[in-house]
Amino acid sequence: MLNPDSVGRTFEGAESVTVSQSEIDAFCAVLSENNTSVAPPTFSIRITLEQSQEILSNPEIGLDWSRVVHGDQRFDIKRPIVAGDTFKCSSTIESYKVAAGNEIVTVRSDLHSEDQLVVSTWSTLVVRA
Amino acid sequence: MIEVGTILEEKIFYVDRAMLKAYADASGDQNPIHQNEEFALSVGLPNVIAHGMLTMALVGKFVTDWAGGSAAVKEFSGRFVKPVIVPAEQKVDLTVSGVVSEVDGERIKIDLSATSAGVKVLGMSKAVVVK
Repeated sequence: MLNPDSVGRTFEGAESVTVSQSEIDAFCAVLSENNTSVAPPTFSIRITLEQSQEILSNPEIGLDWSRVVHGDQRFDIKRPIVAGDTFKCSSTIESYKVAAGNEIVTVRSDLHSEDQLVVSTWSTLVVRA
Repeated sequence: MIEVGTILEEKIFYVDRAMLKAYADASGDQNPIHQNEEFALSVGLPNVIAHGMLTMALVGKFVTDWAGGSAAVKEFSGRFVKPVIVPAEQKVDLTVSGVVSEVDGERIKIDLSATSAGVKVLGMSKAVVVK
């Protein structure tokens, strides 16, 4: 079960992540997107999925990733991601409830390039009973 | 003229196992429910299912094609209501459509719909674009 003290807290990723053109190219190729000068709108999941899992795998938080199902997803994109962007990721547990035995956790992950917020993402995670 | 009620013409994307593998590599999401049929069945799924985020990425492509490119999208959301089921050796449809629900200066809000095999797979999906 999630530690209730985690709710409302923000956890910072340890390392920064630099986006390469080949990562953008591979994502575009799946979608048959020919313009690879900027990343497609959902590309940031490539960074936030791994980063938020790493950040929120801290045992103090108590989130059981092995039973997580992705419920919904939202992106707020301040500017498109381009190759060469270097991001620091932070994840905030925004809300938590238990419904029918399932835990429902909303996590916001923010990607900052230097001091600029580039993308915020919200994921609702359902931890199955 | 884009106004409330303007229809975005329906488009059909086709999803197969090769696309799931390519998306797994491109996104870093190597969860075996998206690639390994035996594993998917063992956890109670009807078959291999597409990544919810692949479904959303394809709906995003529908939006960016209409709006004039990836840079146009400012907000994008959706709820994963049912999985896209992808049997071996088959191409399954992802049928996407949309309608303009708000116009505020240059910001255009679109309500999106996505089905596969006639079943709604993405709910409450909306995008805000600057066209």
